[in-house]
Amino acid sequence: MSDGKVIVCRCNDVTVEEIEALIDKGVTDIEEIKRLLRIGMGPCQGRTCIPIVLGILARKTGRRQEEIPLPRARVPIRPVRVEVIVGGTNE
Amino acid sequence: MSKVAIIGGGIIGVATAYELAKLGEDVVLFEKNYFGSGSTFRCATGIRAQFTDEANIRLMKHSVERWEKLEGELGFDINFKQTGYLFLATSEEEVEGFKANIALQNKFGVPTRLIDMDEAREIVPILNTEPFLAGAWNPKDGKANPFKTLFAYLFRAKELGVDAREHTEVVGFEREGDTITAVRFRSNGKVESVKVDAVLNAANAWAPLINEMAGLKRDLVPITAYKHQLVKTEPLEPGQAEPLVCPPGWDDAYIIQDGEDGGIICGAGIEHRARSLDDYEPTYDFLRGVLRYATMIAPPLRHAHIVRQWAGFYAKTPDSNPAIGKLLDNFYIAAGFSGHGFMMAPAVAQAVAELISKGHSKVPLDWEWYDPHRFERGELRTSAFQIG
Repeated sequence: MSDGKVIVCRCNDVTVEEIEALIDKGVTDIEEIKRLLRIGMGPCQGRTCIPIVLGILARKTGRRQEEIPLPRARVPIRPVRVEVIVGGTNE
Repeated sequence: MSKVAIIGGGIIGVATAYELAKLGEDVVLFEKNYFGSGSTFRCATGIRAQFTDEANIRLMKHSVERWEKLEGELGFDINFKQTGYLFLATSEEEVEGFKANIALQNKFGVPTRLIDMDEAREIVPILNTEPFLAGAWNPKDGKANPFKTLFAYLFRAKELGVDAREHTEVVGFEREGDTITAVRFRSNGKVESVKVDAVLNAANAWAPLINEMAGLKRDLVPITAYKHQLVKTEPLEPGQAEPLVCPPGWDDAYIIQDGEDGGIICGAGIEHRARSLDDYEPTYDFLRGVLRYATMIAPPLRHAHIVRQWAGFYAKTPDSNPAIGKLLDNFYIAAGFSGHGFMMAPAVAQAVAELISKGHSKVPLDWEWYDPHRFERGELRTSAFQIG
């Protein structure tokens, strides 16, 4: 466990402090925060962390949370096994 | 000190902003969306000098040498790794082609060599060697994190005084004769203008629109957006497929293990002409096609999970070589990278910054080869070797 730090993204172990430090450096677009910290790029696809990041971003930048667009969602919604797509046997 | 405006906040625009600031120029950078949002942040991370013509080989040889020192120069982690590119031949004719390419690459100091499938299996443990006759292997090729690289350039550029503006759209120019005198841009709904001494169009897929704003014909530099897609697996143990592995004969499908989280990125040359410049819709034909190839290259991948599919543009010129040079007295272009902008950026940014600031460059960039006026003259180069 991290030493008293608050984990926001459980897939990639990203903390509140890391998000705030990046925003303080002027990175305030959620698409950029996502890519630099890999928030929402793990198997959960952001279901756990993105709302929390939006909250932090709203507080730090003085915007309302509803004003901040969500990052573009990627397919598939849930991880899919490759053989489900290509078929179960070797051709 | 000159005032230089750069249009396009992708890797080419941001890296050139840094290089110009290093040369003492006063730079303003405009990005209409977020930084990297065009093609840079959608790329497959690969960096290679294995091209098949002198101009691209020499440019990429220089670029790789800059990549090797970039992390130290910029002072940020960019996760550049020389994990190699391995091309795989499926026929005797292709093996002969590989030999000719290797000879050309060797001539310019790129250490590619032909390897057998035993060695290929050591380099890529999950490789199915059975369909392949030989490999072209350059251990100096590699990959880097495009997000960290762009921001490393951007943070350093800002420290050097670059005024970098995102969500700020260029809407027009003021022009006297063949000189651009000012750039008009929209920020927070308001149109403003800034006087400039020079302008660089680094808008890649959007570059024809910028040329048109400058009073040039939209197809003077014909760049067409083709939608290319990628699929990525869940994180896998590092070392399974670190190099980019590509049989060009199979629709140039490839796999490459992400240097960041170990997920395997799968690409293929199953392209679609973009319906518009916001056509990022993933397609099922690609998903199925790319995974068929990926599992033929590396059969254990069939047990992995796909976590993500996304699309981006190859901003293609008719010969898949970028357009780099001067279009008007003080209006320059570096666009149409056809899928090679990220890997070429360290070399091209340095060359273009020197061209704008000093009128010449010591970078081994063949200006005639990449001449942006070649299309209106009806000249095409041999196509740059493109994969995915």
